[in-house]
Amino acid sequence: MNESILSLLIFIPVIGALAMLVFAQFGGKENPDGFKWIAVFSTGIQLILGIWLYLNYNPTDTVLTSAFTIQKEWIPQFNIQYYIGVDGLSMPMVLLTAFLSFICVISSWKITKSPFGFFALFLLLDAGMMGVFVSLDFFLFYVFWEVMLLPMYFLIGIWGGPQRQYAAIKFFLYTLFGSVFMLLAMLALYFYSDPHTFNLIALIDTAKTIDATLWGYQIKYLIWLCLFIGFAIKVPVFPFHTWLPLAHVEAPTAISVILAGVLLKMGTYGLLRISYPLLPGEVYHFATILAVLGVINIIWGAANAIAQIDLKKMVAYSSVSHMGYVILGMAAVVSNSKAGAEAGMNGAAMQMFNHGTITAMLFLLVGVIYDKAHHRYIFFPTDYKDKALAGKQGFGGLGAQMPIYSALMAMAFFAGLGLPAMSGFISEALCFIGGFSVDTTFAGESSIIRVLTIIGTLGILLNAIYFLRAFQHVFFGKLNEKYKELTDISLRELACVVPIAVIILILGIYPAPLIEMIAPTFSNLIDLIQSTPITGI
Amino acid sequence: MTNLPSISYFIPELILIGLILTTICLDFSSKLRKHILPVNILGVLFVGLFVWNSLGTNQNIFSYLYIIDSFSTFFKLIFVLTTFLILIASSASNELDEIGHPEYYTLMMTVLLGLMIMVSSTNLIMIYIGIETASLASYVLAGMKKGNKASNEASLKYVIFGSFASGIMLYGMSWLYGLAGSTDIYQIHESILNSSALLEDNFMIYVAILMLLSGVGYKISMVPFHYWTPDVYEGAPTPITAFFSIAPKAAGIGLFLRIMYSLFSESGNFADPDPILNVDWPFLIAVLAAGTMTIGNVLAVQQNNVKRILAYSSIAHAGYMLMCASILSISAIKAIMFYLVIYLFMNLGAFFFAIFISNKCEVEDVEGYKGLGYKSPLMASLMVLLLVSLTGLPPTAGFIGKVYLFSALIESKTFYWLAVVGILNSVVSLFYYFKIVKVMWLDEPKDESKITPKLALSILIIICSIPTLVFGLKWDLLLEFINKINF
Repeated sequence: MNESILSLLIFIPVIGALAMLVFAQFGGKENPDGFKWIAVFSTGIQLILGIWLYLNYNPTDTVLTSAFTIQKEWIPQFNIQYYIGVDGLSMPMVLLTAFLSFICVISSWKITKSPFGFFALFLLLDAGMMGVFVSLDFFLFYVFWEVMLLPMYFLIGIWGGPQRQYAAIKFFLYTLFGSVFMLLAMLALYFYSDPHTFNLIALIDTAKTIDATLWGYQIKYLIWLCLFIGFAIKVPVFPFHTWLPLAHVEAPTAISVILAGVLLKMGTYGLLRISYPLLPGEVYHFATILAVLGVINIIWGAANAIAQIDLKKMVAYSSVSHMGYVILGMAAVVSNSKAGAEAGMNGAAMQMFNHGTITAMLFLLVGVIYDKAHHRYIFFPTDYKDKALAGKQGFGGLGAQMPIYSALMAMAFFAGLGLPAMSGFISEALCFIGGFSVDTTFAGESSIIRVLTIIGTLGILLNAIYFLRAFQHVFFGKLNEKYKELTDISLRELACVVPIAVIILILGIYPAPLIEMIAPTFSNLIDLIQSTPITGI
Repeated sequence: MTNLPSISYFIPELILIGLILTTICLDFSSKLRKHILPVNILGVLFVGLFVWNSLGTNQNIFSYLYIIDSFSTFFKLIFVLTTFLILIASSASNELDEIGHPEYYTLMMTVLLGLMIMVSSTNLIMIYIGIETASLASYVLAGMKKGNKASNEASLKYVIFGSFASGIMLYGMSWLYGLAGSTDIYQIHESILNSSALLEDNFMIYVAILMLLSGVGYKISMVPFHYWTPDVYEGAPTPITAFFSIAPKAAGIGLFLRIMYSLFSESGNFADPDPILNVDWPFLIAVLAAGTMTIGNVLAVQQNNVKRILAYSSIAHAGYMLMCASILSISAIKAIMFYLVIYLFMNLGAFFFAIFISNKCEVEDVEGYKGLGYKSPLMASLMVLLLVSLTGLPPTAGFIGKVYLFSALIESKTFYWLAVVGILNSVVSLFYYFKIVKVMWLDEPKDESKITPKLALSILIIICSIPTLVFGLKWDLLLEFINKINF
């Protein structure tokens, strides 16, 4: 069981998709519910396996000592291995992926447009995401990273909103643009390391010894840049973020959840899994830039969210802002106090998980109101097609009409703006503590990251503005006559949202399980980076 | 080796000549005429069998006019496989129903013969004969749809461009003859190395290389000799277009590698990393490769005709392969060969799909592909796979092929800028390949009626899709085959 559990995690969705293919040939056409049940079943098993993995996972294990690690030859001539494993960095992501996939399948119950295609593609997407988070071979990682794009393209492009075709190809082009640079970096790492390998664990030792220059720069520096472009587009880091609002808004609810909840984390995960341990010397040089970009993300995302009149778009921009905290926390790795560095890095990793759950809840709840009211405007745009509604308030007074829904939405909004007792508060606070601790770097140079962090705290205020404003206009005030008939949230929708709400609350009050899971791995990573001698660019 | 014993090495070509003559004779009798297709398919299989048998031999024959080595054998296998698949596709294409002439098969076999001579020749005269044999027959093939204006135009353009390019090439050959006093490429190589005048001033070699390149470049539609490609591809019958996009290109690349490595590298063999007399032709090729793929990809973006898209895409793919031709190393040649095999399957598959649609819906425009995903789900899914592979995304063979191309480039530690141009080009290519995917799947069909291809075509599409997927997941078999080729 230990041996094969990670493979099962990846390939159970694939098996599910194949089962759907068989089912489609034999009577699936008359029985569209069958596809949903296969999907529930596959993601359900995946979730159970994920939880089992979590219960048996020992946080102090590294991937080298872990019993779950698998290392097999794939293409020996090119030294490519099927090498998968979990450590404190991937464990929360694996759980998050399994959990959100299961929730998303349930939340997509009402998909009527060719359910076979939707759920089969969804399972392939699931397999790709899981693969990314457990791969320890760069080639394997890259394959999974790219495999995901195709199902995502179709899921947005076929089941999305009015601008879905444009959103789908924009998403695809942006991500591919980033990942081809990653491909170059991967090949450069392979050919410059000795012995040639894609093994990410072996590369930790060999990559930093690369000593070659190109166009007057260290090759390592250029590799870092290429990797960064690839990951930054996924996060997305300003100025690469423009694909995100469009894709999130046009995608169907479940896919928005996956996009914001899991896909964005791949960017920061990639930085932490590949850029940080392989090229620690370069991390030092880039830390300030990371912090600058992180703060821009926080402020820019929040400022944009304030300007939105579409609830979903507002949530999408809030993701840009929240991913900024992760980047800022990651930059704190250069802090001269180990505790500060740990706070920043742990905060970043926790924020990855917490934002995954909070944003999932937000998107699911926005999806609920959209299903009922068929729009999600806080205010109708001034050029709305129905002239009578243009510029008017979209909802209003829903608080009395849909009390349970309103309570959940209030909770999600407060979690989003980082209210204490919600999980987001802890991780955001840790990111700021980390950033604030970087007065001087571990190499003794003074750093502006502390100043940047102070500017970044403004983001909390901005977050409060748009969340509270949205809440006020949707739920308070006089009830809009049109929505007198609206029913409260249904049981199925509750079943999707409540588990997430519980996790947010538990981790907000008692975050120890999450911290314990990740802390040892990050402690090692910080030691690795801080013990690397600083060289010039 | 002298002439008489040489013949035993020349059997595949002899069978082919026999096949051409037989096809002409069969046409005399109206009863036997219907057997032309099976006879040709069988004949090509036989040729393939004999070519396969000669894998591993390394023999100069006909007094250094001709060489049978693994390198040429590999390319011949590519031609034979392409021809075989195209023959079957031709029988299933409606465009050719109205033609149905035996000369079609005769001409195609003549092209095949010409291509085989091209990659095996080691003498400038033989090379020229090979090129012309293939070209002349190709001109007629492009104009096969006699009543069709576009087809006539294609043929005419092809002739004019082709004769112009081969004229320049011939002039380059005479230039080389003037420098070296021989038409044998080994002797020319020797004389260039020993010439003290050329050592001082290598300008003459540049001129010769440039002129030779125009002939070869025209065959592989290298920029700036690519102008004929879209029009010819659009006008020619689709199976012929498919044939043109693989076989003559492969031959052009084979010939190109042979000439560049045997004539213009320091030691005159494939293992040599140094260009002759410090003539910096690798840089020239790198620039041309960058231009070829960029122009191919950028111009493809605006096209609306699927055949034209595939034409520009074939220019771009020639650019990717040329990219590796700019570095002199065994691993670069192997990467090109690896890519050729994969390119053969994915590109032919895409063309077969185009044949299927032009059979059923009589459209070639992208708009006509609307909703095909719902009308023919299996075939349209396979087409997505093929297009994904052409773009170069995992888990398809096209990705692995590109990885090897870029690997060779990065391993050589030269031309990093070319690698950057190359990857950016793959991003651009996504846009136009997915234009087809978009109309097939993301647009709603006008009507829900299902369509299915002829059995032969669906088998062909499946045959091309299987390696496209399998080599993307487990490509060590193909790698081993390529590694067996000794240089």
